[in-house]
Amino acid sequence: MSVDMAIAVSMLLPLCGAFIVLFSGRNANLRDSLMVLCTLVTFPVVLSLLPHVQAGARPGFELIEVFPGVPLAFEVEPLGMLYAIVASGLWIPTALYGIGYMRGHHEQNQTRFFACFALAIFAALGIAFSKNLLTLFFFYEILTFSTYPLVTHHGDEKAKKAGRVYMGNLIFTSVVFLLLAVLWTWQATGTLDFTPGGILAGHVSGGQGAVLLGLFAFGAGKAAMMPFHRWLPAAMVAPTPVSALLHAVAIVKAGVFTILKVVVYIFGIDFLAEGNLSLWLMYAASASILISSCIALTKDNLKARLAYSTISQLAYITLGAALATSTGVLGAGMHIAMHAVGKITLFFCAGALMVGAHKTEISDMDGIGRRMPFTMGAFFIGSMSIIGLPPFGGSWSKWYLALGAADGGNSLFVFVLMASSLLSIGYLMPVVARAFFFEPKPSSHHGEHGDDHGDHGDHGDHGDHGDHSEGVHEAPLLCVLPPCLTAVGCLLLFFYAGEIQALLAPIVAGG
Amino acid sequence: MSVVLDLWHYWVVIILMMIGLYTVIARDHLVKKVMGLNIFQSSVILFYVAMGKVNGGTAPIFGEEGLVFSNPIPHVLMLTAIVVGIATTALALSLAIRIQEAYGTCEEDEILPMDREGAGS
Amino acid sequence: MKFAPLLIVLPLIAAPLCVLIRHRTIVRVLATATTWACLGIALHLLSLVGQLPVGETTLTYALGGWHPSVGIEYSIDALNAFVLVIVSMIAAVVLPVGPGTAADAIPKDKEYLFYTAFLLCLTGLMGITITGDAFNVFVFLEITSLSSYTLIALGKGRKALTAAFTYLIMGTIGGTFLLLGIGLMYQLTGSLNMAVIQEVLAGIDPTNKTKVVAFGFLFTGSAIKLAIFPLHQWLPNAYTHAPSTISAFLAATATKVSFYVMVRFSFFLFGSAYVFDYLQADRLLMPLAIAAIFVGSAAAIFQGDVKRLLAYSSIAQIGYMVLGFSLNSVTGLTGSIVHLFNHALMKGGLFLVVACVVHRIGSSQVQDWKGLGQRMPITMGAFVVGGLGLIGVPVTVGFVSKWYLVLGAIEQGRFVVAALVLIGSLLAVIYIWRIVETVFFQAPPEGSERCEAPLFMLLPTFILLGASIWFGIDTEMTAGFARAAAEIALPGVMP
Repeated sequence: MSVDMAIAVSMLLPLCGAFIVLFSGRNANLRDSLMVLCTLVTFPVVLSLLPHVQAGARPGFELIEVFPGVPLAFEVEPLGMLYAIVASGLWIPTALYGIGYMRGHHEQNQTRFFACFALAIFAALGIAFSKNLLTLFFFYEILTFSTYPLVTHHGDEKAKKAGRVYMGNLIFTSVVFLLLAVLWTWQATGTLDFTPGGILAGHVSGGQGAVLLGLFAFGAGKAAMMPFHRWLPAAMVAPTPVSALLHAVAIVKAGVFTILKVVVYIFGIDFLAEGNLSLWLMYAASASILISSCIALTKDNLKARLAYSTISQLAYITLGAALATSTGVLGAGMHIAMHAVGKITLFFCAGALMVGAHKTEISDMDGIGRRMPFTMGAFFIGSMSIIGLPPFGGSWSKWYLALGAADGGNSLFVFVLMASSLLSIGYLMPVVARAFFFEPKPSSHHGEHGDDHGDHGDHGDHGDHGDHSEGVHEAPLLCVLPPCLTAVGCLLLFFYAGEIQALLAPIVAGG
Repeated sequence: MSVVLDLWHYWVVIILMMIGLYTVIARDHLVKKVMGLNIFQSSVILFYVAMGKVNGGTAPIFGEEGLVFSNPIPHVLMLTAIVVGIATTALALSLAIRIQEAYGTCEEDEILPMDREGAGS
Repeated sequence: MKFAPLLIVLPLIAAPLCVLIRHRTIVRVLATATTWACLGIALHLLSLVGQLPVGETTLTYALGGWHPSVGIEYSIDALNAFVLVIVSMIAAVVLPVGPGTAADAIPKDKEYLFYTAFLLCLTGLMGITITGDAFNVFVFLEITSLSSYTLIALGKGRKALTAAFTYLIMGTIGGTFLLLGIGLMYQLTGSLNMAVIQEVLAGIDPTNKTKVVAFGFLFTGSAIKLAIFPLHQWLPNAYTHAPSTISAFLAATATKVSFYVMVRFSFFLFGSAYVFDYLQADRLLMPLAIAAIFVGSAAAIFQGDVKRLLAYSSIAQIGYMVLGFSLNSVTGLTGSIVHLFNHALMKGGLFLVVACVVHRIGSSQVQDWKGLGQRMPITMGAFVVGGLGLIGVPVTVGFVSKWYLVLGAIEQGRFVVAALVLIGSLLAVIYIWRIVETVFFQAPPEGSERCEAPLFMLLPTFILLGASIWFGIDTEMTAGFARAAAEIALPGVMP
């Protein structure tokens, strides 16, 4: 099929997937297999666009003119390509993981869950392939609304309250800041198209540019810039597959992707750098990095800790964009991929811990590494990538970000990056260390351990509880396989970083 | 002085209009409100008709030569307005009767508390 | 163009025919056929206007062949052709739903009276819109008002009677103010034909006191019928206690037509130069519009009755329309006019959802709607779509209106106004989400089962709310005509 059609098909596939899931909901096995099939088909279609983009082409098409001069239009360029590959690629392990998790946890309303999931991927691809700010805004909002049922999946009081924080935060920022920024851009320049080199130069003054940047940066509430970050920890009430794909990958990356795309294609790196417009954003992002890392240190709930870690890592990307240097922007783009794969591993493990061992608090996880070595092993690898140590992918993006900070001539931000790496060691390594090197605590409440994973050899004697086995007692296969796969991905990304850098290089060319 | 005398018909209109509006607002009895509305509408009718009078004009009926006619259009318009007024009054009075049956009273200061008590929202 | 008077004649004749025929089913079919015929003619007129050559804006039809200076003329341009389509479309979609709860107030053998009143209301609404004669506006306005008082009084419970009575008092005062204003205009210009009045008024000195007073009365009269804050007191009760299908019809049409009257008098007859540059009406209107948005939305948040909530939401939406009006720019006016269409779709659809729910469970109180998401998922899905439109989420028509309004504000550098409009949307999120949470998050009462609304009620609901998504993406027709209308209203003004 033609390239333009491929773009349309890649978006229609998850959309149709949503409906297929809805209609095949009666038969759980049929529904789940069809969904996995959908994910397996979507990714190659997205991937087929890659060679064209690498060759310098920018395929796209226009759908309909919503407002005179502003159509719903799509175009594939390197940043969008990267985001689309990440989102659609990670959908595959998440679909498998989701099936395992939802069944293992005996969750209700699985049809609604998977259908909304597919819709969210559809929206994410729409954001990735958007050609102008209007299209991006349309799909941005669709993403918010399609993920609300996912966040409030459990339907209880807690879910409802979390849903309110989620919606309130995201709608507030997108309506009051982002939409205002979009309309202001339209009025000032007469176009909303993403154009290499930016469109604002010459149309807005320096002061106006700084304010506009603020509206975009805080308007992209999904990037969880403090102080509009509260929705991310609140969304952790959702089932873990949601936290994994959406809140480590699709949604939050949509936010930082927006910021990055706006910086590169609406403002233009040169315009930002000349006017020193983004200095305040560098400080704001740095504050976000450090404060959220410190908060992460205090959290005992594993998902909460990972949530604040995500806020911190997202702020890396915002910082990279704000640095307004080509290496900084490159690092930010690379970090989209590196962080996604690393964080999804961590969340997969957190979910596996919940399903396999019913543990959510880190202080309960002493010695769990012996029972669930694969899970914790994957967790270890993911942590290393997040911290930024070789030979894992995260080290490359950290390297470029630090380089970008140095290029900008401001060593403060290099220091910020280093400090936050230390902090991330501080909040991630103890989890691994406790899991492998500490003795398991005598547990007080595991009376009703559902042993549906079959008996594994001898049951060690730990006082009055006979359910602690000495042997390996992992979560269900579908919950362990995906994190292992993505952990391998972290390793592979170390070697493929060069490819990513080459893909993204054109967007900063001449800058 | 000439402001009053030359324009005395406008003064009549204004005074009637104010009496009508005052009655609508200040009186509690629903039928009285309707009557106030009627007075208000009558003032406007008077205004139009007064507007139609031409100095030295006579009824607009063809007869002798060289006659000056008053403007018949406002009269025509006011025929319609009078009919509208009657229809409105009839409707309002029938509503008043229904309200009397439903509430047992036609006084607004008694109806409003009854409504508030029954209100759930 | 020769079909134009049919728009008035058809429903006007059908109404007494309903009284004569009396048979329930025949009357229903006759009334429905009439509304559909009117929709067809309105669409035909819209296409005729769309095909007008450049430079011409208006189609005219002289009733009875009388010369416009002595007879009544119907004149149709992009503005009123658009409004005509809105009114007839809503009537054509809502009437098949039938009398709904109104049927309880009338004995079965007198049900034809409902259709009579409805058709008369439709006649009046279309007459106001289509006519090019100032006094004709008053006549049709009174026809509309009287029949709507009747229809509102058919609601359940005795509060419908007091609501109708209050509306009657306020509406008659408004209509009479309009009459006064028309009379003063006649004194000034000697004619009742709108085109002639426009010409003559343009030549009259702005300091002329009669001109000011005429404008004042006309403006206040249409403001009362439009329910601009603070003249909105009649609206919540009227929409709450009327039968739900009537609320759907009136909420989607009556205020739109009143807004049309205001635009016609301000931008066409008196001219924007007089109203905005000399009288500076925007200094009064803009704060009032913003107050309407906030007071209406804030009041909606605390309502326990869904219909009352939607009524206060309407007051806020009217505030948006008036805001676009007060911006005095092509973009702002485009936003207002396109919002006429968009709000009609959303509010009509939402009130029809209420009608569906009341049909099944008999209550419009929010606390009785607990768990309806499980019992009536399709109907509640439609509610969410309408709610998203009120919030202004992209892909819905609400977003289109917001786009133009905020753009209009930004173009004039009024960033505070733009921000206020956007914050107003957030208030809508609160009151819509309250209902969403009750419907989807709470458990239904014991022993209740799935009870989806009947198809003949669901279908119109879906047509309206489906259209609210369609026209949120394909805005060529709606925004196109709105823009054309705005450009006629503000000739020579740079957008």
